[in-house]
Amino acid sequence: MYELTKIVKRYHSRTVLQVVQLRVAAGRTLALLGPSGAGKSTLLRLLNFLEAPDGGELRFDGQLVPASGPTLAQRRQITTVFQRPHLLDASVWANVAYGLRIRGHYEGRQVERALREVRLWELRHAPGRTLSGGEAQRVALARALVVAPRVLLLDEPTANLDPANVALIEAIVAELRGSAVTQVIVTHNLFQARRLADEAALLIDGQLVEAGSVAQLFEQPHDPRTAAFCQGTMVY
Amino acid sequence: MQTLIEGLLQALRLLFGGDGSTWEIIQLSLYVSASALLISTLLGLPLGALLALSRFRGHKLLIALVYTGMGLPPVVVGLFVYLLLSRSGPLGGLNWLFTPQAMIVAQTIISLPLIAGFAMSAIQAIDPALRLQLQSLGATPVQISATLLWEARIGVLMAIIAGFGAIISEVGAVMLVGGNIEGATRVLTTAIVLETRKGAFDVAIALALVLLGITFVINAAALAFQQRLARRA
Repeated sequence: MYELTKIVKRYHSRTVLQVVQLRVAAGRTLALLGPSGAGKSTLLRLLNFLEAPDGGELRFDGQLVPASGPTLAQRRQITTVFQRPHLLDASVWANVAYGLRIRGHYEGRQVERALREVRLWELRHAPGRTLSGGEAQRVALARALVVAPRVLLLDEPTANLDPANVALIEAIVAELRGSAVTQVIVTHNLFQARRLADEAALLIDGQLVEAGSVAQLFEQPHDPRTAAFCQGTMVY
Repeated sequence: MQTLIEGLLQALRLLFGGDGSTWEIIQLSLYVSASALLISTLLGLPLGALLALSRFRGHKLLIALVYTGMGLPPVVVGLFVYLLLSRSGPLGGLNWLFTPQAMIVAQTIISLPLIAGFAMSAIQAIDPALRLQLQSLGATPVQISATLLWEARIGVLMAIIAGFGAIISEVGAVMLVGGNIEGATRVLTTAIVLETRKGAFDVAIALALVLLGITFVINAAALAFQQRLARRA
């Protein structure tokens, strides 16, 4: 689905991300790990085409993404759930329907299905901004899923949520894992990464240290920094 | 006090005593200001969104121009439009000078920077992360602008109210480019000036009360709508 080669991202003159080589296969779930400020969210923004790399090659679906950005059709195959839900000043229903409306494919049944999936059907008329943090994040997840994306990017989607909401969101992500949807999840929670992902990649100080299957990365890491990180030893 | 009471009675006589010319003046005032407000809203909201959401060459200069325009004296706008539309001016061929069209142009120039500037500020007050979220959901730049304008609707409504307030009450520009011609370009503000100069204070007060009434009703309706939006927010 994604192929990144010698990707570099700079803010002003400071290099914040360097990825020599990373592949994300279609239908797989990749966990991006690393300490705060390691470049995980920056990488996610590159994968969502919200920002362009300053160097290197980014391929999506085998096609080189030009510096001018991808086509709208390519962009619309990807949705992101951010750490904060950023809901519109509208009802839960209108928030979830947003992606469909802007695509001109609005269908009430799809919105209903998405709302039922995140167990918010009863709150469909409630103003989005009156919800609790967990409910709002579930709206954000429904809003991302309703458009049937080929790629779902999740930036610490369960940070600061209570266990019940974490379990619900994880269950949906786990269910998608067996589907054709490609998922990339940024998480600080190593247990969550092991539960949800097929593959994992570790970033430290903006550099991709190691990427591989979850089993390999956690059980037989090649890089001593990966081993230290997985054991919970401070490496930053 | 006596003059005020006479003015009030005269206002009632003018409005309900079958005086056609008063209604003509009111109609023209509303037509000119509503047209100018519509045009400046249609131009000002996208311009405000563009200034808030885009960075391009000349961006800061354009913002400086908008801010300057927000404090532009109407009489200066009148002079500028007069020179543009006068027979020897670049747009003299339109023959718009001393017509309602010229007054609409002048009032549009007065309200456009107000609407654009306040709309820009309202959009800039929205969490920038929401814009990224909309982008990540596949919204186009136009869809993002429209969504953010709606998100900032309370501030946007304030911008439109400010634009309306500036033009319904201004006299300098419409006097210069309209000429205060009876039955053609006479509006409430220019009629008040004329009647005051003639010493017909009762008529001037009557027209002033009508102008105040219109402004009050429109602003009260806008305020009620704004509060309804705020309660829903």
